[in-house]
Amino acid sequence: MFKKLTAAVAASSLMLGAASVALADGHKVVDEIKFLIPGGAGGGWDGTARGTGEALTKSGLVGGATYENMSGGGGGKAIAHIIETKDQDTLMVNSTPIVIRSLQGVFPQSFRDLTPIAGTIGDYGAMVVHKGSDIGDMQTLLANYASDPSSIAIGGGSVAGGMDHLIAALVMKNAGANPIEVKYIPYDAGGKAMAGLLSGEIAALTTGFGEAIELARQGEVNILCVTSTERLSAAPDTPTCDEAGSPGTSFVNWRGFFAAPGLDDAKKAQFVEALEKMYDTPEWAAVRDRMGWVEIYNPGDDFVKFLEGQEEEIGALMRELGFL
Amino acid sequence: MLEGILIGLGTALNPYNLVFVVVGCFVGTFIGMLPGLGPMSAIALMIPIAAGLDPAAGIILMAAVYYGAIFGGSTSSILINAPGVASTVATSFDGYPMAKQGKAGKALAIAAYSSFSGGVIGAILLLIAAPFLAQVSLAFHSTDYFALMVLGLTAVAAFAGQGNVLKAMLMTVVGLMLSTVGTDQTQGVQRFTLGMIDLLDGVSFLLLVMATFALSEALMAILKPKGDADRLKEKEASSNLGSMKIEKEEVKEMAPVIGRSSIMGFIIGVLPGAGATIASFLAYGTEQRLAGPEKGKLFGKGSVRGLSAPETANNAAATGSFVPLLTLGIPGSGTTAIMLGALIGYGIQPGPRLYLDQPAVFWSVIVSMWIGNIVLLVLNLPLIPYIAKILAIPSRFLLPLILFFSLIGVYFVSFNTFDIQLMIIFAVAAVALRLLDFPLAPMILGFILGGMMEDNLRRALLINDNSWSFLWERELTLTILAIAALTLFVPMLLPLYQRWRKNADRAGEGG
Repeated sequence: MFKKLTAAVAASSLMLGAASVALADGHKVVDEIKFLIPGGAGGGWDGTARGTGEALTKSGLVGGATYENMSGGGGGKAIAHIIETKDQDTLMVNSTPIVIRSLQGVFPQSFRDLTPIAGTIGDYGAMVVHKGSDIGDMQTLLANYASDPSSIAIGGGSVAGGMDHLIAALVMKNAGANPIEVKYIPYDAGGKAMAGLLSGEIAALTTGFGEAIELARQGEVNILCVTSTERLSAAPDTPTCDEAGSPGTSFVNWRGFFAAPGLDDAKKAQFVEALEKMYDTPEWAAVRDRMGWVEIYNPGDDFVKFLEGQEEEIGALMRELGFL
Repeated sequence: MLEGILIGLGTALNPYNLVFVVVGCFVGTFIGMLPGLGPMSAIALMIPIAAGLDPAAGIILMAAVYYGAIFGGSTSSILINAPGVASTVATSFDGYPMAKQGKAGKALAIAAYSSFSGGVIGAILLLIAAPFLAQVSLAFHSTDYFALMVLGLTAVAAFAGQGNVLKAMLMTVVGLMLSTVGTDQTQGVQRFTLGMIDLLDGVSFLLLVMATFALSEALMAILKPKGDADRLKEKEASSNLGSMKIEKEEVKEMAPVIGRSSIMGFIIGVLPGAGATIASFLAYGTEQRLAGPEKGKLFGKGSVRGLSAPETANNAAATGSFVPLLTLGIPGSGTTAIMLGALIGYGIQPGPRLYLDQPAVFWSVIVSMWIGNIVLLVLNLPLIPYIAKILAIPSRFLLPLILFFSLIGVYFVSFNTFDIQLMIIFAVAAVALRLLDFPLAPMILGFILGGMMEDNLRRALLINDNSWSFLWERELTLTILAIAALTLFVPMLLPLYQRWRKNADRAGEGG
């Protein structure tokens, strides 16, 4: 029992997040950050907050970091908490779902009730087919879809009305088709959706580009298009959806940080500066490569503008699909 | 292939790497024992450490932690009826009764030998059949998974046999109903959330099983204190707690069970949409039926077969889940998804070319599975007598500890106080149901399988434009459903048929 107890204490201190204090060697920008994580241990938000915190403290940009997990209500609980406490040292991690879920009314608040600091990392969406599929390019997929939408079952790793569904609908809508006719098949994880694609039960798949490119390199799938505005250096031969027949399509699944409402400008500038300087540190490079993250830095007012644009676009699409 | 095995052996047997196997098994076992921390969290905790090592050592460390955590999870299922992960629920069905009869050491030893055999046989199958099985893993569509879940549900008959069929069926339905709480995957609609944001993601498995198994067990022990006679008997039993002696007859009984369960577990583990939990339930149900009426009755009351089957199957399935990961780059479970992330972190992309591009990695993974299993057995067998003695702790200390660990285990996953309140509600309800003699295992079975069953059925319907024709048009689906129907109805109808025969004979005699 004693051994169990010590293991419990060790595990709990790991999970509650031991505050790591780095030596202040002159270039410290922020004394302390309390990371608030709207989900449980081990998820995507958890990894983003802890990885970013690790890079910031180890590089000495931030004096110390603590982490608090607060799951519940698809992130709503943590949002309510940061608004209520107005703690100036707290940074909450979040991602594209904050926009989607606030539109859906899962929680009453939106990013406007917070102080957006910056989008830090992200991934583009991709439309993928099986290597052996007779759909060779985006044009063929669009032509087949135009003649019979129900012949193209498109899978994804999120619920109906979730991100992967919205990417599929967005691509089809911009290609001039009716997004409501997208036959979207939800799987409970990206990996299972990929298995569904390889088994032949679905014709295409929308997923994160990062996940798709690895399987494309193995020669198992073809990426028809990617939702970035310009071709990506990781796959220069893969067209953007914009050039492949779905003009104007642009979608980034971002992850970033938010502070309490009413944060004073000096503090906000400090947070932005710390994150900006982080990108040049070797500590960040180590974390980024370990986690396979793609840098998409988008600070301050630009971030707010980006969020407004994404909210408008997704909102219009969801209304059209009947989810609002 | 031989050359590959030698490369793998050379890597894995390097003394530096062996240290990681030993450390990993130790750490994994202790993490796995804590309710709420399963193999998935154990591996996730290791990632920052593994990232600093070279790929082979890192993978070996993670594989060792993985096996250690699976074994540790069985320990808490057997000793305190607290299965921390779904795949060890079936282990508690017979492991816990056995421990209660004062045979905790023996139960742990059976679990250790079964896990070891399942893991080792699984690794052999992985070695010879991985490329071929990769194709099998892709042969299953959502409709087939639906049929497989239905087959899994027939394991409920194993509980119905012991008493009230109707009560077992009712509790299965309660479990199926609980699995519908939360956001519906196909439409994105909220179901039975009572407007509470905390119920949006549904009821978590860990919460339900800790409340209805571990918490309610502890509460029952307080409600129904043991009489003097029981206590005396228990004292006698506890003097043997640590004894790991397995009779020759029991070995004979276990051997065929292990053989069948490991092959079955491995094949089910290969399927990305199934996994260790289904494997353990199916193995349990199958063995109960194969045991015959005499031995079958012992299931749920401390049967050696009933403990050995799920323990073998879940380990073999865990090994099987590496097939789609290594050969296709597809993670079939949460655990293999984390492993995939770690592999990519090293710049290794699993897939059809891994075997050719990085033979050292491929083979060291497989060889490290063998070594991990052997080290685990060697490490844990001497420890079993001490671990089993946990039950010798007087209940006034043990019960609060069980309450503490189950509550903490659930809270540390979600960090949400609502979960603790919900847990207490479920625990009280479970105590009431137990007092009325309702079995709780069928409810957990319904809950675990219900979600997967519904998701696969809805997906199949969407793909087939809402036509149910796939149920009879797809051969694989139809075959699995037919097996399910046979296993469910034949045992039910057999007594009726025999009675009818008897009556017919008697009528014949009379005429």
